This record gives sequence, C-alpha cells and structure tokens, in this order.
Amino acid sequence: MRILAALMLGMLFGLGILISGMGNPAKVLNFFDVAGSWDPSLAFVMAGGLLVNVLGHQFVMRRSAPMLAQQFELPATSPVTGTLIGGAAVFGIGWGLSGFCPGGLIPVLGLGRSGPLLFLLGLLVGLGAARLRMVRQRFTPSEAES
Amino acid sequence: MLTTFTPFQSLCGGALIGLSATLLMLLLGRVAGVTGIVAGLLPPVSHDWTWRAAFLAGMIFSPWLYAAAGGGVIAIGISAGPAMLLASGLIVGVGVSYGAGCTSGHGICGLARFSPRSLAATLTFMATAAATVYFVRHVWGT
Repeated sequence: MRILAALMLGMLFGLGILISGMGNPAKVLNFFDVAGSWDPSLAFVMAGGLLVNVLGHQFVMRRSAPMLAQQFELPATSPVTGTLIGGAAVFGIGWGLSGFCPGGLIPVLGLGRSGPLLFLLGLLVGLGAARLRMVRQRFTPSEAES
Repeated sequence: MLTTFTPFQSLCGGALIGLSATLLMLLLGRVAGVTGIVAGLLPPVSHDWTWRAAFLAGMIFSPWLYAAAGGGVIAIGISAGPAMLLASGLIVGVGVSYGAGCTSGHGICGLARFSPRSLAATLTFMATAAATVYFVRHVWGT
C-alpha cells in the first residue's frame, strides 16, 4: 500500500513538473534571465505549489500521525549555518549552468535525449561522493528536509 | 531558446506538485524533496529505500501519464553542451548535499512549513542561479 501510494504520488509530482514547464531547462534559465528572454512562469509554479502545500501542511499537521506510517518525519529545527548557505549557493551555480534541478530532471529522463542522462551521471557522482564523505564524518544534513 | 509565458499551466502544474507534497506527508509522513529521496538510494542505502524507488519510478513514468491525459509534445530545450551538463550535474549534486535540499525540498516543502533554513537556502540558490545565468548569457557567452 505504501509502495503503491509512493508510485502514484511520484506520477502526480512528475505530471506537475511536466505541465508547469519545470522539466524544460530553457524555461528555467529564461526565468532567471530578467535582462534577456525573461519568462516569469517559474514564479507561478512556486506560487501554485506553495498555495496548495501551505494550506495542505496545516491540515495534515492536525493529525497525530500519517495514515500509512508510524510518525511524521520532519527535519529537526536547526540554525542557518554556513554549510547550508554555501551548499545552496553551489547548487544555484550548477542549476544556472544547465537549467536542470533534480526535480525537473527525473520526469524527462525517459524522453530519449542524452542531455538529461549526462546531467544525471554528474548528479549521482556528486550526491554519492558528498554522501559518503558526510557519513564518514558522521555529519547528517537533516536528510528529511531535502 | 525563447519560451512562452504560461501562467495558467505553470500555476496548475505547481498546484499538482504541492498536492503531491501534501499527500506524501499525509500518507507516508515524508517530505517530497527529490534530493533527499534520491540520496537515500545511494550507498549507504537507507532502510526505507522501497518508497523512494517507487516515488522516483512514478516520476520517470509520468510522461506516459501526461500523454495519456492528452498533453502535447514535451518540449525541452538544452543549451549546455555534454561537458557542461556533466559538470552542472556534479556541482548540483555536491551543492544540494551540503545545502540539504533543492527546489522541491526547500522551495515547496520547507517554505510551506515556514522553515527559516529553507527560506535562507531558497533565497541563496535563486540569487546564485540568477547571477550564473547572467554571467553565462551576457558576459561570457557574448
């Protein structure tokens, strides 16, 4: 039941990515290109997502537990650190170089283009290397948050 | 590549992303952050890898659902070359690991919980992405 729910919700998430245009790197880059071919669509994706999830989250948090699991796994409240800001800054640079972010990438992997697969290869190497290094240092960047 | 401003589709698509995030919290109690979901499948593999794999499989199969629902051709414009795509993926992978999340985890889920960390992270990656695009398109690329 949990697996089926996750599969369906992954499809819903991916459908949202495809309809919104977040799976198209050109559209993402144009959102940031205010000085050039600006396309403000990405702001509407954020607005739609936040509108639903802000209300939805309030509603869900009235419950004491999720419907198909023991407990809510929310990231611990921790302070804003230099590591967090540094990591986010590096992410933004990589995002701006291609227009791909992890969420936008996955739904376009199966479209038969090589570009998304190349980005995926780099992503898995970067994620994997950082994860191993963090495990060795016993540093956990509150995984549930991401 | 020029793209068309699509306020209605983007708002609706965003709402579906938000709905998926809300339902994932309601049903499984988990945050819909793609970075965290993928990371748990890399070694050392998380004990709860099954729902992660299922969620990602659903995302990979979503183009078929999109086609079945009458969606048109999925246009993707990629301007970066092969080496740049690899490098971009690598940089994103390292960044989201230390930044503890990406556009979905911080931008949609964290902000909806009014998390100060997610607000700081989102403002930071939006700013550096905009600066990078400006540099690539208007300084370096001209």
